[in-house]
Amino acid sequence: MRLFELVFLNALRHKLRSFLTVLGVAFAVLAFGVIRTMITAWYAGAEAAKPDRLVTRNKVSLVFSLPIAYQPKIEQVPGVVTVAPGNWFGGIYKEEKNFFPQFGVKMEPWFRMYREYVVPPDQWKDVLAERNACVVGRKLAQRFGWKLGQTVPIKGTIFPGDYEFVVRGIYSGRDPGTDETQFFFHWDYLNEAIEKVYPGNGNRAGFFVVQIADPANGAAVIQTVDAMFENSLAETLTETEKAFQLGFVAMSSTIIAGIHLASVLIIGVVLLVLANTMAMAARERVKEYAVLKTLGFRGWHLASVIGGESMLLAVVGGTIGLVALLPLIATLEKQMADFFPSLPIDPLTFVHGVGISLAVGVAAAIVPARGAAKVSIVEGLRRIA
Amino acid sequence: MSEAKPIVAVQNLSKSYAHDGNAVQVLNNLSLDIPEGEFFALLGPSGSGKSTLLNMIGGIDRPDSGSVEVAGTDIVQLAEGALATWRANHVGFIFQFYNLIPVLSALENVELPLLLSPLPKKERRQHVETALEVVGLADRIRHRPNQLSGGQQQRVAIARAIVTDPTLLVADEPTGDLDRHSAEQILDVLGQLNQEFKKTIVMVTHDPRAAERAHTRAELDKGELSGLR
Repeated sequence: MRLFELVFLNALRHKLRSFLTVLGVAFAVLAFGVIRTMITAWYAGAEAAKPDRLVTRNKVSLVFSLPIAYQPKIEQVPGVVTVAPGNWFGGIYKEEKNFFPQFGVKMEPWFRMYREYVVPPDQWKDVLAERNACVVGRKLAQRFGWKLGQTVPIKGTIFPGDYEFVVRGIYSGRDPGTDETQFFFHWDYLNEAIEKVYPGNGNRAGFFVVQIADPANGAAVIQTVDAMFENSLAETLTETEKAFQLGFVAMSSTIIAGIHLASVLIIGVVLLVLANTMAMAARERVKEYAVLKTLGFRGWHLASVIGGESMLLAVVGGTIGLVALLPLIATLEKQMADFFPSLPIDPLTFVHGVGISLAVGVAAAIVPARGAAKVSIVEGLRRIA
Repeated sequence: MSEAKPIVAVQNLSKSYAHDGNAVQVLNNLSLDIPEGEFFALLGPSGSGKSTLLNMIGGIDRPDSGSVEVAGTDIVQLAEGALATWRANHVGFIFQFYNLIPVLSALENVELPLLLSPLPKKERRQHVETALEVVGLADRIRHRPNQLSGGQQQRVAIARAIVTDPTLLVADEPTGDLDRHSAEQILDVLGQLNQEFKKTIVMVTHDPRAAERAHTRAELDKGELSGLR
């Protein structure tokens, strides 16, 4: 036997208490993992942004559009490779709850820029050939059971009207974490519909995505583009794609801060649970600690046994929580497809989960370990367990 | 008292405890020599200071004044860490209520003091088996304390006390929690340790039968020693 075996045996003395403590830690680490994964998903759009892409929008607000005539002007700016206009469509497919992002875009430059959206070449020809063709993400097609050639009716909200799109392409993500829940259709089709319903209101883009040759040259391009439209009726604000995406995340910053706080509170609660377990265990074993000291064991030996038991419970609980995270996130990914295109578990979540478990294990043992280390042999031996 | 060289030399020992704001004198300028190889019984009424004196001799409590020399070492002068090491190497403790660790088997309980030694596992095991054979429990090594009778538990505790081959055995009411038959067995084992293995034993007891087994008896009353015989 070695002293660490006493750690295992002690942890199994009160099986129900240890089981409940482990379960508490497991739930806490699981909740932490879920929260962290959701926050990561919140930032996924920004993380997927490429450094060679800029976004130009109306300086006043994203609600206001820009003339499509800006496109050739932006294309003339040195360092710019491609420009693609886009419009947020915001339509309803059957019911409002069936939300998914829809964009009217100029297909050819758009998909040239978004290299991570891979459309099979045979489908691509059909996409370009048909004016109401659409390209949908693989997960989106799976979600609604759409097949190639299927007509998808969408009711316009920002641009009122009944639209019918034909699925001609299904894109897959080239990189892990690529959003496969988006819906793209021809900007020209949307523009024609707007002109038809609201003559004179067409030829406008919600934003332009600008691909640049050298990301290091981004600041100069941004300055040039915005300077070009300064003092016009529609001044522009150009920023990197990442900054543009983070702007959306910032709108939810209070919610994210609240979620962060919740995760801290969860860890705090589990720390108290484990600390309580260890305090009870140490209090029950004062006499044994006194006996061990009588035999020649030192305070640090006892502190090690208590700390070891605390860390054992915390690490076992943490490991169970992290293992359970995988199937839970897989389930949530399906259930929350409307909110999160994907829920990739950041490897750092596992590192943090283990780190938190160890830290909670150590912190919960500090007070009882100090108490045991200081216990007077004579007083301890008098104690009735 | 034998003329042999004292292995325990207590000089002018005093100890008081605070109780309700008052100092209660437990030991008062007490001196005592116990020769090597002695089986020494300390008797006296409850609260007379027997266990306090035993604790001082065993190095688990400290006096207010005076000295306690065991095998030439003044243990009062040792720092806490050194005193713990000294206890591990020189004293075997036997308690009234056995004080075994309930989650450990007899073998593991006896092995505990050896975990502080540099002995490899195999040698530790040999020492443990020898100690359990001496107390007649070689066939109970896998039993946990709750699977043993009171007498058997006390014999495991004695095995734990002797497994490091200590200089001194201190026993605080070793038969106090046992029936007569079990108590006789324990006293037989202690007698055997003293006679065959030449262990010096200092025993505190209320039990006249236990005291009769000792070579020397002394009575402690109100912190002072009397009736050494």
